Amino acid sequence: MTLTPVITEHWDAPDLYTIEGYRRFGGYRALESALKQDPDAIITTIKDSGLRGRGGAGFPTGLKWSFVPQNDGKQHYLVVNADESEPGACKDIPIMMANPHALVEGVIISSFAIRANHAFIYIRGEVPNALRKVANAVAEARRAGYLGTNVLGSGFDIDIVVHAGAGAYICGEETALLDSLEGFRGQPRLKPPFPAVAGLYASPTVINNVETICNIPYIIDRGLDWFRQFGTEKSPGFKVWAVSGHVNNPGIFEAPLGITMRQLLEYAGGVRGGGNVKFWLPGGSSVPLLTAEHLDLPLTYEEMAAAGTMLGTGTPMIFDDTVSVVKAVTRWLEFYKHESCGKCTPCREGTYWITGMLETFEHGHGRESDLELLVSACNQIAGRSFCALGDAAATPYPAALKYFRDEFVAATHTPVDDTFDPVASYIHAGAAAR
Amino acid sequence: MTISDQTLERMRELASRYPQPRSALLPMLHLVQSVDGEVTTDGINACAEVLGISPAEVTGVSTFYTMYKRKPVGEHHIGVCVNTLCGLLGGDAVYDALSERLGVGHNEPTADGKFSLERIECQAACTHAPVMTVDWEFIDDVTPAAAVDVVDRLERGEQVLSTRGPAIRTFQATEHTLAFPDDGLAGEGTSVDDKMLAGLRYAKEHNMSAPAHGQEA
Ligand SMILES: Cc1cc2nc3c(=O)[nH]c(=O)nc-3n(C[C@H](O)[C@H](O)[C@H](O)COP(=O)(O)O)c2cc1C
Ligand code: SF4
Ligand code: FES
Repeated sequence: MTLTPVITEHWDAPDLYTIEGYRRFGGYRALESALKQDPDAIITTIKDSGLRGRGGAGFPTGLKWSFVPQNDGKQHYLVVNADESEPGACKDIPIMMANPHALVEGVIISSFAIRANHAFIYIRGEVPNALRKVANAVAEARRAGYLGTNVLGSGFDIDIVVHAGAGAYICGEETALLDSLEGFRGQPRLKPPFPAVAGLYASPTVINNVETICNIPYIIDRGLDWFRQFGTEKSPGFKVWAVSGHVNNPGIFEAPLGITMRQLLEYAGGVRGGGNVKFWLPGGSSVPLLTAEHLDLPLTYEEMAAAGTMLGTGTPMIFDDTVSVVKAVTRWLEFYKHESCGKCTPCREGTYWITGMLETFEHGHGRESDLELLVSACNQIAGRSFCALGDAAATPYPAALKYFRDEFVAATHTPVDDTFDPVASYIHAGAAAR
Repeated sequence: MTISDQTLERMRELASRYPQPRSALLPMLHLVQSVDGEVTTDGINACAEVLGISPAEVTGVSTFYTMYKRKPVGEHHIGVCVNTLCGLLGGDAVYDALSERLGVGHNEPTADGKFSLERIECQAACTHAPVMTVDWEFIDDVTPAAAVDVVDRLERGEQVLSTRGPAIRTFQATEHTLAFPDDGLAGEGTSVDDKMLAGLRYAKEHNMSAPAHGQEA
């Protein structure tokens, strides 16, 4: 399967981030055609496109939009989730830095479709360079008459606020994001009611990922047949894959859904030093890891589910033989422990407890009987937590144990840094010189 | 430091951007850090006054988010990503080198107030691992030696460019951008680098492209 740059097609044009650059390649053409359509027709188009959310869960976008009650006399809101903080996920921030107008155009069309007059782009605070690029694009779009009142004479009013977060992974969870955007601690809300009915300020709200929204102008501009030729029946379209880890040429690769990890690896120059893939994760630390035996599976929502994992954010992390899986998993659990919002007991206490126990293994004095105890602890968190962060925290360990039990057993007597020299996993030779 | 009338005015401006003013609290706290260098009691009181909520509520929000500091931060705040991917690919060594060079640990400022150091989580830049940040601007694909060199140059007052963004300014300047993102710097520096172009270049070299509209299979 070949690479198919769409969202990334013109990233080598130095002025793509400006409105002139974006328009030179057909930018805002989709908006002009969208504003001449009935909003419901756009929702139908997106439904028929089969586009699925790129934020991790893969929920059908058009279906989500159709849940917004129409003609209810209430304000509707569109909120773009640009919190990208999932370990391994690194595609939305590059999209915003390189092609911010695709996001802005997508926001305007999507808002028109769901009849929202206010849209918010919630960008994690730690990435000012994405924030300023998007803010600049919004200001340019406003000057060009694409934002504000009566956009292009259509009678549609829309404004976008670019909003910075302040460092909290949980704010990527959509209801926590809403609380954060309302000026509160970012803690998840009970669902139902779902945001489509009672979201921001208790009004109907659609929350979509950056990459999801960036698909919209291309679908509107080029049509359903064009879009559905990419990918599979259940996973149509293309994907901005971000390949990281022990590969020769890590980076951004855009290709249809259904490409395999082996093909992506080839485009990324293969494993460094001609080495082997030890384990890899299709999309973030919250999806179960896979091994070299899974490299030929199509990267689609359905095939990843069948393999016992998830496509997640579609940002594969590759680890070679130099990496201790015990150490990798422990580090991820330290992350979840740090990011647990504290609202519910299984996650708050469980992440603390599991992390502590994993650290005993990392230091070489885990107890073999604890291997099963850890599995049962994960089972107590998964499905019993208030939000999906708890489920995510319960994910890395069982998958790692399934494929690498011997390594955990070895960590009952030998510190992992003795078995796996940390320096060997560094990508820069001599990085440990100091 | 106390919050000036001008800052109060800017806070009201932020509050007016949202259908409900309280939505501006996060940007307002960034603004407080841009003028005071940390979340001060005066800053908390000012936010509370502008939004008509209690200082305790503002405090409760500010303590939830790691970017809000209740201790002084250096003129330059340095982050090193030690999440799994960066950490194991060399970020751990980068952190150790910087900690040794600066003589400080996690979330501590140097005695001269010039720098502070933080172990940070994934920065959505794993393709560019190991990643460090200075005042939250990216310094990508860094080695311990390169990281120490950044500190050396900043200490000498030399200009340091972010690898994907403008020249490094200060922690407080970045905090201002977080409150008012349209900072006029969108055109500064490079933002699209080799790693972001890896796939596009490969595609061009190998004559790969997405089928154009009207050429559906
Ligand atoms: C802990 C946690 C963090 C999340 N972080 C993000 C994120 O940074 N960006 C994102 O788009 N979705 C994130 N999600 C998923 C969102 O809750 C939501 O499903 C998504 O934004 C919906 O957009 P989509 O349908 O376009 O994918 C996160 C979920 C959880 C549980
Ligand atoms: S699962 Fe964790 S992050 Fe989610 S509500 Fe419970 S404590 Fe908070
Ligand atoms: S792990 Fe460091 S940027 Fe993602």
